[in-house]
Amino acid sequence: MLPAFELSQPKTLPEALKVLAAGRGLPLAGGTVLFPDLRGGKEKGREFIDLSGIDELRYITHEAKRITVGARTTIAEILRDPAMAGAAPALHKAVDNFAGTMVRNAATVGGNLCCGSPSADTVPALLTLDAEVELTRASGSRTVPLDGYYLDYKKTVKKPDELLTSVFWAPAEPGSAHLFFKLARRKGDAVTVTGVSVMIAKTDGKCSTARIALSSVAPTVFRAHSAEEMLKGQKLTPDLIERAAQAATDQSSPIDDNRSSANYRRLTTQALVCRLLSQAWHQAS
Amino acid sequence: MSSEKIVTLRVNGDEVKLIAPAHRTLLEALRHVGYVEVKCGCEKGDCGACAVLLDDMAVDSCLTLAWQAEGREVTTIKGIGTPADPDPLQEAFIETGGAQCGYCTPGMIIAARELLNENPNPTLDDIKKGLSGNLCRCTGYTRIFEAVSLAAQEMQKVGETA
Repeated sequence: MLPAFELSQPKTLPEALKVLAAGRGLPLAGGTVLFPDLRGGKEKGREFIDLSGIDELRYITHEAKRITVGARTTIAEILRDPAMAGAAPALHKAVDNFAGTMVRNAATVGGNLCCGSPSADTVPALLTLDAEVELTRASGSRTVPLDGYYLDYKKTVKKPDELLTSVFWAPAEPGSAHLFFKLARRKGDAVTVTGVSVMIAKTDGKCSTARIALSSVAPTVFRAHSAEEMLKGQKLTPDLIERAAQAATDQSSPIDDNRSSANYRRLTTQALVCRLLSQAWHQAS
Repeated sequence: MSSEKIVTLRVNGDEVKLIAPAHRTLLEALRHVGYVEVKCGCEKGDCGACAVLLDDMAVDSCLTLAWQAEGREVTTIKGIGTPADPDPLQEAFIETGGAQCGYCTPGMIIAARELLNENPNPTLDDIKKGLSGNLCRCTGYTRIFEAVSLAAQEMQKVGETA
């Protein structure tokens, strides 16, 4: 049984923002994290704002220079979007490996971004797309790069009266490679042990852009900037890839938990960054 | 705290009115009025025993609030088919021995129903992915996958002769 709580069910975004501004509740998106947290006593809030009726936050738009996903869009809706595999291949792979059928039908991209979990599966791919999020409050909205959105374990720059309303990014450049790998106990319905997303773009046979994001190996999902810097302007050789993977691993701070030891996470981070960088380098043109 | 509300929804085609406080899950509300074919398992979205179709979409009813079902169509395993008029999936689970203790079976068939609605000709990998949110602690899954595959074949045959 869930502990007793109060629930408001606004039908429009302005209505929801008003309730949020009045401090009358925390946002409830798909509930796939919030309800288990309430049952387990991790969530102490007893007033929530159900976002499920706000259809204006449920959309995917593909424009020439921008893809925008409304925060209330479910993981299943992103997976079913026919253009997503081309526009954001790593994100498509991530939503394909996300939990099980029923959870994909309920969980939302906004919820996955806001829960602040270090194992949130959409975050590494969105980080390597250099995505930005729109934060909206009753008086207006601001956009924030996703790289910088997370401050610490389950802590973000979002203020209590702000709602994450959308996430957007530029479509994958033709010829660029976007990869995601989720290491977990099983292929489905499992929490990530080590997650790696990599993006490589090539110009004149050299790496023009490299982005690497890692999940489940630090208090937050993060971009491995020092490793990325080592690759920029270079031809990727096995030796360079090895050193960049080491730099990425050095930036991680994994813990022992019931899914994996910290040491296994370090070893798999090194191995997976190597593997994905080398695959991406060969794939990019 | 926690005011109550009357929620009106359709369950297996019948109009149902539920009196529920905000924190009452759809799972608890359905079982409370007798839809005990919806099973309670892990209550955290891992096992899929409580799956129902909500407007043709499989959801864990333990992660859905009764209030969120207002005005919507819920289908439980009994709405999928009855002993007198079983669904091809139900027949296939019997045929292959896809059920042992049977506790996970309603949720398995609900998830499989959504899968076959979207993909009438699934591969083994498609079936595994479609059922990845459902846990079975008896069978080892092989016969469950066989059942879904058999149901898909049977439905295709019926489609061809129709």
